[in-house]
Amino acid sequence: MSALLLATPVLADGVIGFNVDALAHNFWALTVDGLTYGAIYALVATGYTLVYGVLRLINFAHSEVFMFGMFGQYATLMLLGFAPSGNAYSEGTLLTIVYLGIAMLGGMIVSGGTAVGLERVAYRPLRKRGAPSLAFLITAIGASFVLQEFVHFILPKLTNNELGGANAQQPIVLVVPSVQFTFLGASVTNIELIIVAAALILTFATNQFIVATKFGRGIRAVAQDPVTATLMGVSRERIIMLTFLIGGVLAGAAALLYTLRVPNGIIYSGGFILGIKAFTAAVLGGIGNLRGALLGGLLLGVMELYGQALFGTEWRDVVAFVLLILVLMFRPTGILGESLGRARA
Amino acid sequence: MRRTSSRMAGVALVVVAGLAVAGCSSKSNSGSTDTGTAGGGSLSIQPLVQIDQSGAEVKSSGSTDAANPAGDGKATCSGVSLAMAGALTGPNAALGINILNGAKLALKQHNDANPNCQVDIKQFDTEGDPQKATQVAPSIVSDKSIIGLLGPAFSGETKATGQVFNQNGLLSLTASATNPDLTKNGWNNFFRGLANDAVQGPSVAKYMVNTLKYSKVCVVQDDSDYGVGLAEQITQGLGSAADSSCAAKVKTGDKDFSATVQIVKSANADAVFYAGYYAEAAPFVSQLRSGGVKSAFVSADGTNDPQFVKQAGAASKDAYLSCPCGPAPDKFAADYKAQFNVDSGVYSVEAYDLATIMLKGIDSGIKDRAGLIDYVKNYDGQGLARHYKWNADGELASALIWIYQVK
Amino acid sequence: MTGTAIGKPRTADRPHGGTGDRVRLWWDALPRQTQWLFGIPAFALVAALPVLRPPVLTTVGTDFGGVLAQFGMYALLAVGLNVVVGQAGLLDLGYVGFYAIGAYTVALLTSPNSPWNLTDDWLSRSWGWLFALPIAIAITAVSGLILGSPTLRLRGDYLAIVTLGFGEIVRLLADNLSDITGGGRGLSSIAYPVVGTSEKRPFGVFSAGNTQHAPTYGVWWFWLSLILLAITLILIGNLERSRVGRAWVSIREDEDAAEIMGVPTFRFKLWAFVIGASIGGLSGALYAGQVQFVVPSSFNVINSMLFLCAVVLGGQGNKLGVIAGAFIVVYLPNFFLGRTSLLGIPIDGNTIANYKYLFFGLALIVLMIFRPQGLFPARQKLLTYGRELYVAARRAAGYGKPAPEPTTEQGGAS
Repeated sequence: MSALLLATPVLADGVIGFNVDALAHNFWALTVDGLTYGAIYALVATGYTLVYGVLRLINFAHSEVFMFGMFGQYATLMLLGFAPSGNAYSEGTLLTIVYLGIAMLGGMIVSGGTAVGLERVAYRPLRKRGAPSLAFLITAIGASFVLQEFVHFILPKLTNNELGGANAQQPIVLVVPSVQFTFLGASVTNIELIIVAAALILTFATNQFIVATKFGRGIRAVAQDPVTATLMGVSRERIIMLTFLIGGVLAGAAALLYTLRVPNGIIYSGGFILGIKAFTAAVLGGIGNLRGALLGGLLLGVMELYGQALFGTEWRDVVAFVLLILVLMFRPTGILGESLGRARA
Repeated sequence: MRRTSSRMAGVALVVVAGLAVAGCSSKSNSGSTDTGTAGGGSLSIQPLVQIDQSGAEVKSSGSTDAANPAGDGKATCSGVSLAMAGALTGPNAALGINILNGAKLALKQHNDANPNCQVDIKQFDTEGDPQKATQVAPSIVSDKSIIGLLGPAFSGETKATGQVFNQNGLLSLTASATNPDLTKNGWNNFFRGLANDAVQGPSVAKYMVNTLKYSKVCVVQDDSDYGVGLAEQITQGLGSAADSSCAAKVKTGDKDFSATVQIVKSANADAVFYAGYYAEAAPFVSQLRSGGVKSAFVSADGTNDPQFVKQAGAASKDAYLSCPCGPAPDKFAADYKAQFNVDSGVYSVEAYDLATIMLKGIDSGIKDRAGLIDYVKNYDGQGLARHYKWNADGELASALIWIYQVK
Repeated sequence: MTGTAIGKPRTADRPHGGTGDRVRLWWDALPRQTQWLFGIPAFALVAALPVLRPPVLTTVGTDFGGVLAQFGMYALLAVGLNVVVGQAGLLDLGYVGFYAIGAYTVALLTSPNSPWNLTDDWLSRSWGWLFALPIAIAITAVSGLILGSPTLRLRGDYLAIVTLGFGEIVRLLADNLSDITGGGRGLSSIAYPVVGTSEKRPFGVFSAGNTQHAPTYGVWWFWLSLILLAITLILIGNLERSRVGRAWVSIREDEDAAEIMGVPTFRFKLWAFVIGASIGGLSGALYAGQVQFVVPSSFNVINSMLFLCAVVLGGQGNKLGVIAGAFIVVYLPNFFLGRTSLLGIPIDGNTIANYKYLFFGLALIVLMIFRPQGLFPARQKLLTYGRELYVAARRAAGYGKPAPEPTTEQGGAS
């Protein structure tokens, strides 16, 4: 035991240093990066939050829905005639936006389809049988394995090694980052503007959809009280499908935005960590709460980068999880609380 | 409800139609507007120079007389086989498969040429996981027909299983485990077919300081055994040129390096050295370039893979990549591609060479494990990648490093 | 393990019926002594598996002893996690953290690469592992306390994500604090018990070098973990049948009601957490001893999921069931490896083995659809005189309405 005591100064030696300079020096640049990344988290987090709000189910396979979206938009671009070359195409602003729009649509269709398919094949039978909630979780884990391995082994066979496999896809770059303006010493690129703008528009649109449309009211009704909602003529199964669809579509959009920023991130294992982070973001903001997902995503994105500058780049995930634990200790249902059902009508 | 849904469906239809029209029109002109293809498609990793531990150039001896697995075609043998252990599935499978394929190519050439000596290679998947490796290792040693092992592929699994192979007297010839400590266990059956990190690190560091004249280098490392060890050696070798204020650590599997890019950017260094594998190096260098970092990019054998150039594209241009491996001769690369329909990768050449050495041992009439260990211990010959001769510890007697550049 | 055949896959609306329940009823009615009479030979049979090497069951591509050794560790983990998830109903997705803490404690105390290595100081390498074992258990128990006391006030899924974060934090600390833990390079040459040295086995039966003569070191580790498993099962079984066990079940079924009825829920949840953690630590110590090398990447979040799969597959709440679940999780991915024929039918095992996680995932989905409560679901025996009641019920009519059993359902949407 004496050896244990003698060795403790190692800890005090500054294993974790505080680099305040790095944080102060790059503060605004980190903020811009963090908001960009956080916007992507927020979109994926919305998928978790919606499904959770309606079904009280952590859809762990949502990260794979996102991953399918990355492949979906990539395949769409390939169908449009873009060949992966590792170099940027320059198509002019307008046409690029159109292409991005189509690619995003492709990603949304694939992701949405995957999410709905997942619901039909894996979750619905469980619901029919009134399975315990842990069974859903295990099914999600199983589905996650299946979807990943599908892209890893089966997809390359189906597409003549064009898609999937052990390596990341060779990128198709449509937008080259170029600095648009400088804000307090932080340069803001076109990609960052696209990501944040698209994410905000989509989140706002989703919120409007939930708040202002009949479908949205159905979702909120089921989230609040499934039995009464059914009695009032809301088709629960349809609402659940719709929820999965919206979550999937947003994940598909997030997939395109993510690949703008990380063009080489399209790989079968590429959704997992991001999914966990997005889920963390959803819980941070208050799961089941759309605004919470946005707030949680942005907060997580920014804090991760501050933390990396402050403690060292290897502490990214630790910062994220410690933040989560701290927030939950003081606000046990997240910053904004859970309230999909109670969202303003 | 119904009315709303039909209206929405209508809107959706219009949107889809509009986009489809745009999409159709695009196909016609997408070919003509591809302006960025110049350079990227033609980039590849080109050998630059061979260096020794002080970073000075050493003329390559050339590999014209490299050992050929085909031999003289008169070998006879029966009932012996080789084994390969490494990650064949899981996240690290790419390296394992490179090794397996390299060895398979050597075996195929051998077996085609020697009808009376058909040797097969049994593959054992460790998933790169030390515990899996401890389950696989006993199966390998209990198969008495196996007289030589190519592997284990990673340093971690070698640490966990080295004793098993040692006590069973099975030759363990690794094509990729580069942790310097592995040869310090007194294992007389363990040989390393390439330079370890303690050789590569200082050589490359001296090359950066003395030849490339860098005075400020940011060392970025991943958290793998390989990355940590290499970064340690490089930082030591760079001495005062290594700037600790912009040294950064990333994780295997990371794809986003925003914070690291910002830190490196504000340091304004001459070069960034990345100690890790291509899966992270490619997005890292892309993000460095798109973040406006102009510093030179230097990395080592983990990154020295066609996939790096493929994924990083133009961002990989001019990157320096070292490797204890020699350039894959054109014929090897062509044969490999023809056989497996993929490009050869890191350690494929080593695996081919090492399998060839074991096959030559078998052709010379060796039928047991002890004999093969002896054969390798006294081996002295040229391979495709380099000259193979081992010292008493199982390290290569002269280990030289190649510097490559993406051009 | 309980001899339960797979009964009709019927759902909770008909909790009784089928052969499984009949067997279970018969089993539950037996006096404890008779149960032991059946249990001991069954236990011995399991222990003898690696010696008997039954033809189809024995793995081909990997060492059967080694696979069983891993099964032994997973069985302990499943039993430990079952206390947390199955008994107390706390969803823990970071259980691998405790496994890692156990393994790292042993490694830090006995690996020559560690700054806290004691074995070159005053502790002999032969006994280093045994010395570190109780420390590992104690430290993981304390870590369970540290994690549990601030977080156990959280409910359900919030607890799940916090524990998941904890598991990752443990791994990342091991990875990042490289001056202490060896970082990504890991800690090697961990001590193992040097027992039974002989001419054939110069370093004892537990040494990695013991592979030439059956039983190999994997088998010995399997036996050691079986013994520890048996001790754990007896202790846990007693806890389950005591006031503590009943408190856990009440918390699982309805925490608020339990609190109102005077169960100090927080204390009992903490107990479950600490006990679960220390069993995880025990298993981790076994891992460190057998593999003799620890590295952070062996303890990533996927492992937590696999542990949870073992528990749910086996049937949460049923401690013998979860052991069967652990067997499936460990054994299934190894089954096809290296096989060239199965029951006379030629197959290409290695190709199939490439898809092992695909099949594993499919198996999870299908099993959950047809058997959502697990293969061997638990039936709670809450009555003090439960056994007598079972006997009476059995006498009445084959099977009837034995005990007012709460189903294991928790808020499954209906």
